[in-house]
Amino acid sequence: MRVLLFGRLRDVAGWRERTLTSPPLSVTALKAALARDHLALGEALDRPGVQAAVNKAIVRDDAALTADAEVAFLPPMSGG
Amino acid sequence: MTVRLQTEPFAPGELLAAFCQGRRDVGGVVSFTGLVRAEDETVQALELEAYPGFTDLEIGRIADAAVLRHGLIDVLIVHRLGRILPGEAIVFVAAAAAHRRAAFEAADQLMDYLKSRAPFWKKSHDATGARWIEPRPEDYQDAARWDDAPAPLSLEDRR
Repeated sequence: MRVLLFGRLRDVAGWRERTLTSPPLSVTALKAALARDHLALGEALDRPGVQAAVNKAIVRDDAALTADAEVAFLPPMSGG
Repeated sequence: MTVRLQTEPFAPGELLAAFCQGRRDVGGVVSFTGLVRAEDETVQALELEAYPGFTDLEIGRIADAAVLRHGLIDVLIVHRLGRILPGEAIVFVAAAAAHRRAAFEAADQLMDYLKSRAPFWKKSHDATGARWIEPRPEDYQDAARWDDAPAPLSLEDRR
């Protein structure tokens, strides 16, 4: 599973992209796993307006994940 | 309909000339070019981030909807990514239609969308550091003008 961070989330975490070898089964579980690894990232992911996209489509947090998914966390979009 | 995201600078005049080239069915082209403001020399650069494969598709979906809604003949959207300096063009929108009103309205609507809802993340660099920018309330209000609006008048009605 590939995990991508954008905008301020990338600055908070200090990374843009990571590959997980033991992928969580839902977006919620993935967020929990990322929060265990990095408390500030966990808090940033829980802020209002942060959306998750799976394979480039916005999903709800209870969406199921597959091992080959690309999961992106998107902070509020700023426009150009 | 064309959407292009690019890190390289562009010349708006050249884009407009090429967009107008060889059209015999178009009565009006409206274009808009957005430049990066220096804000009294406080802004040193803007940094634009997109999600490739997501941002371009999302903008394309909105552009396709604008073509249908306004009865456009063609649309071109070019947006810069990466580091952009004050005075440089950051966005270019051109809308071509049989009659001018549709082209004006489509360019206006597309810019409202691009300024407030398009999936970009924007960082402003100044002398004290960098900070992420979010849309101003008026940007959201501008974009909301086009939500659930009644269908436009037909071109016949608009002459």
